[in-house]
Amino acid sequence: MLTALIDYESGNLHSAQKAFERMAAELPNEEVIVTSDPEVLRHADRLVLPGDGAFPACKAALVEKTGLYEALLEAVEEDAKPFLGICVGMQMMARFGHEYQTTSGLGWIAGDIRPIEPTVSSLKVPHMGWNDLVITGAHPVLAGLKTGDHAYFVHSYQFVLEDMTQRFAHVDYDGEISAIVGSGTRIGMQFHPEKSQSTGLRLISNFLNWRP
Amino acid sequence: MLKTRIIPCLDVADGRVVKGVNFVDLVDAGDPVEAARAYDAAGADELCFLDIKATHENRGTLYDLARRTAEQCFMPLTVGGGVRSPDDVRNLLLAGADKVSFNSAAVANPDVIAQSANQFGSQCIVVAIDAKTVAPGKWEIFTHGGRRATGIDAIDFARTVVSKGAGEILLTSMDRDGTRAGFNLPLTRAISDATSVPVIASGGVGLLEHLVEGVTQGGASAVLAASIFHFGDFTIQEAKTHMAAAGIPMRMS
Repeated sequence: MLTALIDYESGNLHSAQKAFERMAAELPNEEVIVTSDPEVLRHADRLVLPGDGAFPACKAALVEKTGLYEALLEAVEEDAKPFLGICVGMQMMARFGHEYQTTSGLGWIAGDIRPIEPTVSSLKVPHMGWNDLVITGAHPVLAGLKTGDHAYFVHSYQFVLEDMTQRFAHVDYDGEISAIVGSGTRIGMQFHPEKSQSTGLRLISNFLNWRP
Repeated sequence: MLKTRIIPCLDVADGRVVKGVNFVDLVDAGDPVEAARAYDAAGADELCFLDIKATHENRGTLYDLARRTAEQCFMPLTVGGGVRSPDDVRNLLLAGADKVSFNSAAVANPDVIAQSANQFGSQCIVVAIDAKTVAPGKWEIFTHGGRRATGIDAIDFARTVVSKGAGEILLTSMDRDGTRAGFNLPLTRAISDATSVPVIASGGVGLLEHLVEGVTQGGASAVLAASIFHFGDFTIQEAKTHMAAAGIPMRMS
């Protein structure tokens, strides 16, 4: 089975690659590739969209790579290959992002990306650091996780969902911030599993074992 | 609830971990990659990796060292030292850094923060501010490892870089660094109150109670220390237990 990490020149691919390779090595016949080649996406069995940075810049970078955006849509929408979005990659699953300007997303989860605006002045933005997950829905990728497990977040914008049944976990930061969202063969994580030590590595392993 | 972070800082020069006493005398405290792996296992919340010679020897940051460190650690890594441009940021992010820290270059040209934040997002842009007390309640920015005065007010500068898009401030008190006398709490509080982004308190930790004060009195979102951890005075878990007992939310493992 081939897992493709999509390289669209947005941020920290090296860490994600190392974490996926570490967990893939513990499973039979699993391979991880970092790619921006549309053909590789067509042959991959599952896709991971990482992402650091501003929503409009990430979207533009994804579209500018010749054929990449189309291959992503084909693999996820037509072929229903399992998809994992991480951080801005998760936010890209929304209909719209409102960072700097309104930018359309992939439209896979009903909702918008909106700024985190705590009402308590001592709470800082970005929401940066370890927060404890509140797990509210069952999902194969969350197997073995429990409420209270910590994950590492770094973000200034949050996923505001229209359909709360598409949210599987949140954290508290002067209100609830969506941590894990999903629909069908697609799942997204606002935090960085590749930076969340044993909790994150378990999520990655579960994703590699997911057969939706 | 978001937890307060403990961040061991790996100051490196010539590929080795060092700890400057007031940035002058350097003591070898080991191999950075080994230290990073040990801190990962010990439950550190984040790692900071600063190439302290990069600016004044006018050489680029060692991407390879960042890469090897990131390969060992599935935890957040901030890398700084000699960072001058958005290209430097991209190269460090590709090497495995999660956040990149600007220092002298942000003082020389604050717009480099705006350029970098626009391209990569504020969440990965840290500005390291080295400040020294020049009068009671007044602090000035120093660059180049604390050797060059700038005449720039620390609070004004913090506000400027946040308005340009800095996502975090790594605040080091040059008066306290290496003294083990505790953080400069009035400085930490002033910068924390003046800005909307997380402030990491740095410089002067000698006791676990200093870590508590940085949060409760200084208003810091994270505390950074080197010597007390590098030389085994205290473990990360001892520090977390002490802070949790003082009522600070910590990630206990």
